[in-house]
Amino acid sequence: MEGREIMFAVFALVIIVFSVLTVTSRRILRAAVSLLFVLIATAGLYFLLNYQFLAAVQLTLYAGGIVVLIIFSILLTSQISQKFEPIEWKKAFFSALAAVAGAIVVITTILQHTFAADTAAAMEVNMRVIGKSLMGTGADGYVLPFEVISILLVAAMIAAIVIAKKGSPVKEEEEKNK
Amino acid sequence: MNPGIPLEFYLVVATIMFFIGVYGFLTRRNLITILMSTELILNSVNINFLAFNRFLFPGKLDGHFFGLFVIAVAASEAAVAIAIIINIYRRFTSINVENVNELKY
Repeated sequence: MEGREIMFAVFALVIIVFSVLTVTSRRILRAAVSLLFVLIATAGLYFLLNYQFLAAVQLTLYAGGIVVLIIFSILLTSQISQKFEPIEWKKAFFSALAAVAGAIVVITTILQHTFAADTAAAMEVNMRVIGKSLMGTGADGYVLPFEVISILLVAAMIAAIVIAKKGSPVKEEEEKNK
Repeated sequence: MNPGIPLEFYLVVATIMFFIGVYGFLTRRNLITILMSTELILNSVNINFLAFNRFLFPGKLDGHFFGLFVIAVAASEAAVAIAIIINIYRRFTSINVENVNELKY
């Protein structure tokens, strides 16, 4: 039990420190790499909760897919040696005030509430259970959201291609004016 | 089976992460960094789903699958958002939100 608590402390510390770096770093590539560390530590929390499948999905899809996508778009659209302008103190102060006030309200609510745990026996989450539930049509079946999400993914793929493939509008206008 | 760490610890970590994401969303001026703040927010919500599933309803898998679908939605959202950002960069040669202040018509 000792090891679990140490690992949780490490993951929580990594998540908080690198989340702050993600939103405050003035170099955009460093912010993206901090985001990568946050996502990997989150996968660690999923491992601690014994959701191995979702942790693997988190590592491949988030840490492997989305972060690489973000880094590629950074390289396409930004000068990585350039630093952001520092934020005006007024905006930073009021944003921090809103965030801290919200966090205090939510954390006090969480700590005051007593959660009643279900006494049902813990379910083992292995691939057989996951596959049967994803394709099941019964009470514990998720075939409808599974199909909806597949349609959503196709729509997103087509939309991304359609939006990004257009030629540059500025150049088109210049060519029209010639 | 109950892990040794209380549920509240997971919830507090997720809350802190969520509001750091909100802070980034409010202060950042670059579209890609705003997208990264959104990913932080989605990720913190996912931790909540899984922690509630494991501690309060260990006999069910609702939170687990909802987390899976949130990850899929986040992936498609990131793909479309980055396509839009690249298109904006072509049009305005900048992805700073203050420079993008006109629509097509």
